[in-house]
Amino acid sequence: CWPLSQVSVQKSRGLASLANLGPIIENTVDVNSPEFKENAAAQDALVEQLRQEVDKIKRGGGEEARKRHLSRKKLLPRDRIDTLLDPGSPFLELSQFAGYKLYDDDVPAGGIITGIGRVSGVECVIVANDSTVKGGTYYPITVKKHLRAQEIARENNLPCIYLVDSGGANLPRQADVFPDREHFGRIFYNQATMSGAGIPQIAIVLGSCTAGGAYVPAMADESVIVKNQGTIFLAGPPLVKAATGEVVSGEELGGADLHCKTSGVTDYYAHSDEHALNLGRQIVANLNYQRNPKVTLTEPEAPLYPPSEIGGIVGDNLRKPFDMKQVIARIVDGSRFSEFKEFYGTSLITGFARIHGFPVGIVANNGILFSESSLKGAHFVQLCSQRNIPLVFLQNITGFMVGKNAEAGGIAKNGAKFVTAVACANVPKFTILCGGSFGAGNYGMCGRAYSPRFLWTWPNSRISVMGGEQAANVLAQVTRDNKEKKGQTWSAEDEEAFKRPIRDRYEAEGHPYFASARLWDDGIITPSSTRDVLGLGLSVALGSHVGGTRFGVFRM
Amino acid sequence: YRAASTTPTHPHFNKILIANRGEIACRIMRTAKRLGVKTVAVYSSADASAMHVQMADEAYHIGPAPSSESYLNANRILDVAHKSGAQAIHPGYGFLSENAAFATQVTESGLVFIGPPAQAILSMGSKSESKKIMQDASVPVVPGYHGEEQSVERLQAEAERIGYPVLIKAVKGGGGKGMRIVETPQDFKDMLESAKREATKSFGDDTVLVEKYLTRPRHVEVQVFADTHGNAVYLFERDCSVQRRHQKVLEEAPAPGLSPELRASLGAKAVAAAKAVNYVGAGTVEFILDTLDDRFYFMEMNTRLQVEHPVTEMITNTDLVEWQLLVASGNPLPKTQSSLEISGHAFEARIYAENPAKGFLPDTGKLFYMKMPDAAPNVRVETGVRQGDDVSVYYDPMISKLVVSGPNRTEALRTLRNALNDFHVAGPTTNIPFLTSLATHPSFISGDISTSFIADHADTLSLSAPITHETLAQAAMGLVSTCSKTPTETTPWTTLPSFRLNHPQTRTLTLHDQNSTPHKVTVTTDPQTQTHTLTTKTPTSTRTFSSVTAHYNPTTQILTTTLDSTRLTTPFIQTDQTLHLPPITLSIPTITHTHAETSANTIKTPMPCKISAIHVVKGDTVKKGQVVLVLEAMKMEHVVRAPGDGIVKRVFGVVGDVVPEGRVLVEFGQV
Repeated sequence: CWPLSQVSVQKSRGLASLANLGPIIENTVDVNSPEFKENAAAQDALVEQLRQEVDKIKRGGGEEARKRHLSRKKLLPRDRIDTLLDPGSPFLELSQFAGYKLYDDDVPAGGIITGIGRVSGVECVIVANDSTVKGGTYYPITVKKHLRAQEIARENNLPCIYLVDSGGANLPRQADVFPDREHFGRIFYNQATMSGAGIPQIAIVLGSCTAGGAYVPAMADESVIVKNQGTIFLAGPPLVKAATGEVVSGEELGGADLHCKTSGVTDYYAHSDEHALNLGRQIVANLNYQRNPKVTLTEPEAPLYPPSEIGGIVGDNLRKPFDMKQVIARIVDGSRFSEFKEFYGTSLITGFARIHGFPVGIVANNGILFSESSLKGAHFVQLCSQRNIPLVFLQNITGFMVGKNAEAGGIAKNGAKFVTAVACANVPKFTILCGGSFGAGNYGMCGRAYSPRFLWTWPNSRISVMGGEQAANVLAQVTRDNKEKKGQTWSAEDEEAFKRPIRDRYEAEGHPYFASARLWDDGIITPSSTRDVLGLGLSVALGSHVGGTRFGVFRM
Repeated sequence: YRAASTTPTHPHFNKILIANRGEIACRIMRTAKRLGVKTVAVYSSADASAMHVQMADEAYHIGPAPSSESYLNANRILDVAHKSGAQAIHPGYGFLSENAAFATQVTESGLVFIGPPAQAILSMGSKSESKKIMQDASVPVVPGYHGEEQSVERLQAEAERIGYPVLIKAVKGGGGKGMRIVETPQDFKDMLESAKREATKSFGDDTVLVEKYLTRPRHVEVQVFADTHGNAVYLFERDCSVQRRHQKVLEEAPAPGLSPELRASLGAKAVAAAKAVNYVGAGTVEFILDTLDDRFYFMEMNTRLQVEHPVTEMITNTDLVEWQLLVASGNPLPKTQSSLEISGHAFEARIYAENPAKGFLPDTGKLFYMKMPDAAPNVRVETGVRQGDDVSVYYDPMISKLVVSGPNRTEALRTLRNALNDFHVAGPTTNIPFLTSLATHPSFISGDISTSFIADHADTLSLSAPITHETLAQAAMGLVSTCSKTPTETTPWTTLPSFRLNHPQTRTLTLHDQNSTPHKVTVTTDPQTQTHTLTTKTPTSTRTFSSVTAHYNPTTQILTTTLDSTRLTTPFIQTDQTLHLPPITLSIPTITHTHAETSANTIKTPMPCKISAIHVVKGDTVKKGQVVLVLEAMKMEHVVRAPGDGIVKRVFGVVGDVVPEGRVLVEFGQV
């Protein structure tokens, strides 16, 4: 069944005038050109592959596990989320590819589903164990994904709802799960400190919460448990029997009756998954939670040119440059863009626009970074920090310019200014890998290390310290130099045989699936959905405290 | 309705009081306004903002909701009449309209009662007296023998005189006991003996009467009108045969299939009946018509303007309320018999808040949505309620009268079907689907009607609208279109409904019909195109619709859905867990649970009702099936029995309380 929203939160928007936001970007894309069609077909193929992979991931731990789960009258984790959410609410899923081909075991979505959705009118981070995947136990990637969701909740002031159904830490992998700072214990540390920061922590116990897992409901602000389904105990019946000889059922040991009537570990008694999730909605409805974005808002306006055309602009070949301004035209409201320093340092596009009515400062690559483009970027980032305008980085970067002239022009210190500005800017930052994300370009353009609120990748993107070809050439050059010093020769075939595995490895490890499996990003998105994903991300980021930037030393 | 053509010699009243409510009060006011007569409304606490109160020039509160303390409070109404300076009182129908004492009181207090003289009401109010008067006036009454002599020979002779088939009835009888239909003289003796045996056993008295038995009778009534100058006319007949629970639902004028001779004879006898009691004003003489031999018999006379009077107005181009006012102020009838003629055909469908599928049990509640067909010369909608009003437990649950006309029966019937199709009510269950089913029934279309029409065609009449795959699809799309949009808030969280990352969203929705039968709809939404694929599953079949789009207009509350290139529109209203797609109501099963131990051992109100008796007190031990409560809803009593053996833990409420549906009234504990 489909519970209905009983609460509607209404915010009034102070609407700024659209008229002066900037000129409409002129279209230069010919959708009938063979090049466009070829690109579109290539990108479509990537998107289709992505959808097929996601379709597999969505099915969790396989048909048999799902059937077993359903036979216990439990809802599947994605259905739990849909039931929890307001009807019609978007669900901005995070880290969909976590664990993809990462272990010998198949761990779809890392065995845990995380994302942001609206519950009783409030955007919440939802963390749902998938017990059809290895009983919902925590692999190292499961821990990482759980912690990343909590980090997003903390940074964006989003209440957390944990849909708990997990056997706890994956025992064979305890060394990679248990002891370190960013391991299992950090989950509870985060619950305690987020609760302390006024970010509500709600647990809904829909299955087991054993051992360490017991702390999720125990450390939550409020918790719900389902009778005959949810159990919470530090040690399960087998361990108890081994330890003390006491024979006890799971329900007696840590079921809803015990915890709601005797121990007081849980606060709300539910009769079914649906009931528990509805109680969760009720809890959120009573949070008295307010998130007021301190930015001016405009009436959202679709881009003049359809976002579906981005694929035909971008294609799948990183060696073919594309005009990023045409991409911007298909992301921002009304395709209006107020470009800053249009004729200076043109390999970096900077300017102001709106996405779903929210103000953004866009920093986008349109070639490699020179000194001028770096200075322009640093200047623009400062402007946005000054004005509390969120930054959106559209990456397609092979790196900073190299060579004698560049070094003499101070590319190192100018690039450093840009990196400093990006690192310190205390406004919500969003990064999209639209193409290449190579070398120090990744730093300047707010790569993962620069803590953007969200980082998403396109299926055609690649990420590595440098391109596979360049890496192979560099390594081949070093090898050849060594050989030549020793007076040896190196045949072209031998060199190619040396370079191929390097290229292949870079290709494989730079692939978005490989990257996303390891949570180097928050997910792979399609170019056409980018505008909407950014809109959702901006909406949640702007509800949190923004501003108060102190920049580091700019080397002049 | 057409204004009377003659100029009245006596001026109209300046001001009249209407001692009624609902559609009839509004209907009377409409004519009064047209004639420049000021109107005074009276109202109970439940009707403070009712339509009739707002329509009137003045309105006075006369008491609490129960009609016994308000609309039946004659003294209070008379006080208001005097206080407001009204010269006459129109009683409408029901309430005080056929109360001779009230008519007398009105007259004696110096006001005019817009209705017949009290004596006429009295005479016609008594079954036996009226029959006697009719016999004296040679108006045919159902032949019968009501004598004291009970010998078999005498009774058989009387049966012979009456003519077979006859009905033998125990004088003290009821509920069919001691009642026998005798088809032929050969059976008479056996049937008489068995009737007498049963009568002795059931009532301790074997006295019987013998009456003519009509196999397939029709209810045909004649509208008559008389003035104070000795004139009386008939305005032809109405056929009101189609009835449920002895109440009319679908009436028409003229009665189909009558010969001009029969019509004239009915009219003449009706006028004779009126004259026999010195009748004045509007009245209706009811006859029972034998479809086999076209003979008719007097049943009773209703001494008021009837609910179904508009069908007569439609075919005679008259305004009977205007006639009433004319006659009451001393004017002669505006028309003579020879100037009256039938023009076309008219139907009236009574739209009730009731549930035909539950034995036509009345329903109550808020009218969340009400859209009536547009008024036109051939479509008249008489109503006393508006969208947002309540159909209260206190009064008649009629929402509206839909009156249509056409040049002939076929055309009028077609207009009726179209108008019913345009009549949408969300809130209480209505009989609109049932009326539609009647109006489309081949036997009804052919005019083959009798008082047992509904019973005879029970198999082929539908009591409620069927739940189709299209309806389920529309319900799901209504939810999808409304739940995701909060018009006052524009954030991507509301403007990107069903957004999912890299996959379409699939939701399964369970909808219960009124019998709690589950229907499932699976909605898969492509977030990019906002098109949907729907799979609808009823208990018997499954259907898939692809490329479904929908648009909801919150102002008009109209949902437009495109299903496989078919465009459908329906009103769509959601109230809590209920979806209204008139006439269909679907509910989303609620997921709030109560503890099992409490829910199984309570008695809850099955519908909004009044507690009329409580038979238990705290601490009583009850057996399963024992009568615990008697509830009253819409003049019907409902006996509530203990669900099991137990002890009464608590009783909530006292006799006289009006309680909403689903309220716990009694809680039981274990023995």
